[in-house]
Amino acid sequence: MRPFTYERAIDPEAAVAAVSKAGAKFISGGTNLLDLMKLEIERPIHLVDISRLPLKDIKEEPDGGMRIGAQATNSDVAADIRVRTRYPVLSQALLAGASGQLRNKASVGGNLLQRTRCPYFYDTAASCNKRDPSSGCAAIGGINRGHAILGASDACIATHPSDMAVAMVVLDAEIELLDADRATRRIAIGDFHRLPGTTPHIETALKTGEMITGVVLPAPPEGRQFYRKVRDRASYAFALVSVAVVVATERGTITSARVAFGGVAHKPWRAKEAEAALTGGTATMATYWAAAEAAMAGATGRGHNDFKIELAKRTLCRTLAHAAQEN
Amino acid sequence: MATMTGQPINRIDGPLKVSGKATYAYEHWDVGEPLYGFIVGATIGKGRIVQIDTTGAERSPGVRMVMTYRNAPAQGPRDASIPSQYSRAYPMLSGPDIHHYGEPVALVVATTYEQARAAASLVEVEYAVLSGHFDFAKRLDKAYAPKAVNAGLATDSAVGNFDTAFKSADVKIDQVYTTPYQFSQPMEPHCCLAVPNGDDLTVYVSAQILAEAHTAIASTLKIDPLRIRLVTPYVGGGFGSKLGIHGETILAALAARALKEPVKIAMTRQQIFHLVSVRPATSQRVRLGAGRDGRLVALGHDVTMFTSPISEYAEQSATSARGLYAAPNRLTRHRLTALDLPRGEDVRAPGEAPGLHAFESAMDELAHALNMDPIELRILNEPKVHPEEGIPFSDRRLVECMREGARRFGWERRPAKPASVRDGRWLVGYGMAAAIRGQFQMTSKAKVRMGPDGIAVVQSDMTDIGTGTYTIVAQVAADALGVPLDRVRVELGRSDYPAGAGSGGSWGASNTCTSVHRACMALREKLRIGKIPAEGMEAEGEIAAMSEEPNYKNYSIFTYGAHFAEVGVDVDTAEIRLRRMLGVFAAGRILNAKTARSQLIGGMTWGVSSALLEDGTVDARTGAFVNRDLAEYLVPVHADIPEIDAILLDGFDGKANELGAKGLGELGNCGANAAVANAVFNATGVRVRDFPITLDKVLPALPREV
Amino acid sequence: MSLSTVGDTKNAENATENAKVALTVNGRVRQLELDPRTSLLDALREHLHLTGTKKGCDHGQCGACTVLINGRRINSCLTLAVMHADDEIVTIEGLGSPDALHPMQAAFVLRDGFQCGYCTPGQICSAIGMLAEAKAGWPSHATADVAAQTTALTDAEIRERMSGNICRCAAYPNIIAAIRDVAEGDRG
Repeated sequence: MRPFTYERAIDPEAAVAAVSKAGAKFISGGTNLLDLMKLEIERPIHLVDISRLPLKDIKEEPDGGMRIGAQATNSDVAADIRVRTRYPVLSQALLAGASGQLRNKASVGGNLLQRTRCPYFYDTAASCNKRDPSSGCAAIGGINRGHAILGASDACIATHPSDMAVAMVVLDAEIELLDADRATRRIAIGDFHRLPGTTPHIETALKTGEMITGVVLPAPPEGRQFYRKVRDRASYAFALVSVAVVVATERGTITSARVAFGGVAHKPWRAKEAEAALTGGTATMATYWAAAEAAMAGATGRGHNDFKIELAKRTLCRTLAHAAQEN
Repeated sequence: MATMTGQPINRIDGPLKVSGKATYAYEHWDVGEPLYGFIVGATIGKGRIVQIDTTGAERSPGVRMVMTYRNAPAQGPRDASIPSQYSRAYPMLSGPDIHHYGEPVALVVATTYEQARAAASLVEVEYAVLSGHFDFAKRLDKAYAPKAVNAGLATDSAVGNFDTAFKSADVKIDQVYTTPYQFSQPMEPHCCLAVPNGDDLTVYVSAQILAEAHTAIASTLKIDPLRIRLVTPYVGGGFGSKLGIHGETILAALAARALKEPVKIAMTRQQIFHLVSVRPATSQRVRLGAGRDGRLVALGHDVTMFTSPISEYAEQSATSARGLYAAPNRLTRHRLTALDLPRGEDVRAPGEAPGLHAFESAMDELAHALNMDPIELRILNEPKVHPEEGIPFSDRRLVECMREGARRFGWERRPAKPASVRDGRWLVGYGMAAAIRGQFQMTSKAKVRMGPDGIAVVQSDMTDIGTGTYTIVAQVAADALGVPLDRVRVELGRSDYPAGAGSGGSWGASNTCTSVHRACMALREKLRIGKIPAEGMEAEGEIAAMSEEPNYKNYSIFTYGAHFAEVGVDVDTAEIRLRRMLGVFAAGRILNAKTARSQLIGGMTWGVSSALLEDGTVDARTGAFVNRDLAEYLVPVHADIPEIDAILLDGFDGKANELGAKGLGELGNCGANAAVANAVFNATGVRVRDFPITLDKVLPALPREV
Repeated sequence: MSLSTVGDTKNAENATENAKVALTVNGRVRQLELDPRTSLLDALREHLHLTGTKKGCDHGQCGACTVLINGRRINSCLTLAVMHADDEIVTIEGLGSPDALHPMQAAFVLRDGFQCGYCTPGQICSAIGMLAEAKAGWPSHATADVAAQTTALTDAEIRERMSGNICRCAAYPNIIAAIRDVAEGDRG
């Protein structure tokens, strides 16, 4: 870990001003940043501690939605009874991620900005376009069991590791940002994370110096929500595939559906094609399979991860069946 | 006096461990402030250092030394003629050649850990890369026969005429099973604190066998062993990986002697994957030929595994098959193929763990082919004497373990037809496998001194790596001396104490306790005839190696067990989860029922882990282990391990030693993996022979539910 | 705008200036001068010599370094010491001593909830933090209905909630038994 200086920001405006220096970075929970700093993957020279900023509130909004402060911990959000009752998919996703200790430390903002767990990204001796642009992608032709099947490029086949963000995608969350000029903006979570393309090192729409201040959830969508995570180990492991769904049915017909996948792409993957295939269809396995095929129509395996395509389909069908049956 | 031996008493070191007061190698603060070392590893799999620039690191704040092959002190060479690889010198930074990925190329020593780690990243190395061999599957055809395998066991064995008998057998199983690279990964990283005092050196080392570590350090440093003292009161797990010393110990010692200050080094978790013991990947062909009645006529087990070309290691994976079942025609063989990977070393239950994984899976396949109960098949082939050596068994209770286990587990509820039982979204199956493990006796010494205060102090360089040594030694000593437990103090883990057997090969408990017992009986005799002088009265006890003990030639002395597992396999995703597990074991006299059960449960969990999770993957382009941390190299967490229980049959094997005790540290990990694998087959009807059984290997064979 | 700065940015490439930080550990305020890079774990072990907190992986992948910060369990390896000036830190040494064990420590001894002992302080701190979370009504991944107000602390719940603490000796069933003893004692 390279030397750095440390400061604790007193308020959000001070924080964005402080991070404008070259080589400066925010630190909040630190559970991903320090992990990467110890391995020389992240090398900030100045850390601005934003963990104590007054951005921890989880509040109800007048429109029936909620606003979650970026510095709320993953645990706080998962345990909030309003989140649990109105956005159970978010609580479930958070609880499926990491461990109790990590959730107690990790912030909502930091979770959105988590970097990939690709082992070649983690190995500074390996080529990685994300870590070292134009150096190549060692995962292609390497060990890629955990890698992306959707939206990947020849430059990068890494996945986004977050569970929380997958749930936020089906909830149509918006991310609230503050920049160094004290201007705020909101961006839809679907537009926040990027696909790798030729620039996998640019992972989000965050501009230099911008800070996530909160996440806004619109009023809960109609229907039943569910998050299902598939992994090798029963707990404390990253997803091979995960699925977040929100499904509403009326007399056996699907009136609305939202679907997103985790563990399959460089970003939490909203499957609009699957949603279209579901909406108006009957709540039956045949419809779910049609949706699964639609969702995975563009999927490509890289060898070791080929199984994810079938796994994602099956997981989606079962999750939809589970969510629809109790509507 | 009530008998203490066998009682399920709490660990006597427990209060220290649960309160954070047990000091491990890196934690001795009475020696003053140490310097911190950080190892720099090679980032190629094979080749040569052509340039190494340490100026940036040397200029970095706090740095006291950067050691590379150019300035490392001369060290003793590795001497392959010394039978135990753990006693051989372990030179570090001895030249520019790189033999495997991660091999140390530099050591940075600095005032603080942060400084050492930062400076380590500034060491710049330029390599000439040579093409290496890293792909096991592609080198199977280059396999050769080693002179002997682990523990000096024979490379091959043959009885009768296997080929002819197998060819004409009514029912045949002929399958290839593969097992992956596995790592011990104890929770305490490999670490060392070396403290110089003039020409003397105290080494706080995390090691299982001090006498071997002592020899290895002395011969590497080329100094008089009497000048070196090892201190190891607690070890945070070993599982074979601390049988020998590794780079951190030698580098800390070299740096401490050069700088004349204490130096400590801990490997990072990532480094441990390349710098410490790997269990070799194997490819195993098992051939079983039987009559329609299930009686085996031919039994063959061929194992090929990788070895490092510079330090040969052959796991004795086909040797379990030599003593497990009767068959008139038999063939077992071990072959090695060289790869440019870190050297193979012992990982818990070397030989049995991978060997029984394959062999006991094949027995399950045979039972299925014969439409026979797997237990009945095994009972039918129970031998009367050792099937290859012809000698009697000292105490063989495999059938009893299977019968008792079947009764307790409810084996009669096993689905007779695979893939026939559902519980909600889970396919449910039962599996079983036999456990067998050799009993070893090594030389072992212990000393006991009784003071005028009536306190007996037992001393041995034996270690307690979580096995419960402190506790069982106290129990055995209390009984032998006829004193209450609180009159016994146990002092372990110092090289200036008499050399015990050390913790390894499941021999620690029975060997150490037998020598302690003899020391105590000798002291008791002395006490009977004399009075305790002011300085106390002392006696020693000793046992000889098994090669000197006729019983170990005249009898087949083994431990046995039977594993039973119930698994669930998700009908949609093929996720595999253990639901419950039971093991029944016979290991002679049990020295402490509580700690013995704990060790067996631990071993069984290792079996679950090797069946379902652990899988070291090599990038065949570079020779690097790709999943080299605990987020990617998966070992079980709490949620993976529901109800597991271990039952110990009461016993006494007087042929093993006068205590009647045998080892059991590895027995729980012998065959447990096969029981889980067999349960997966019973649940799904899908036989995966490429271990571990992960969901991607089962999924294609599971029908879609539409 | 107001900032409290430690270290000197312009020399950051070469050196770090130590930061003064007061840590409250086990009820005692400890004044330290630390390299800002020092993890809380290393501050405890290497500076305060509180070696009961263990370094197993240093990357939040094993749980051996678990301590309680303001009553909540965290991995002390993945946080900087300088970030904890205002916190109440409790380590294994603050829970009990060999002669006066905390009930959780005593339960671990009785149930043989450890072998080598290296993950044990982390397991114990984690168990105490976990029981507080359960008492506060937090659901877990094992909870069928996260919206339910209360959840029974079954063995499956305890296992899921303790899954951030790896025990390679695999004392898992015994650890669960120890925690259950304490949880039931609390209820009774």
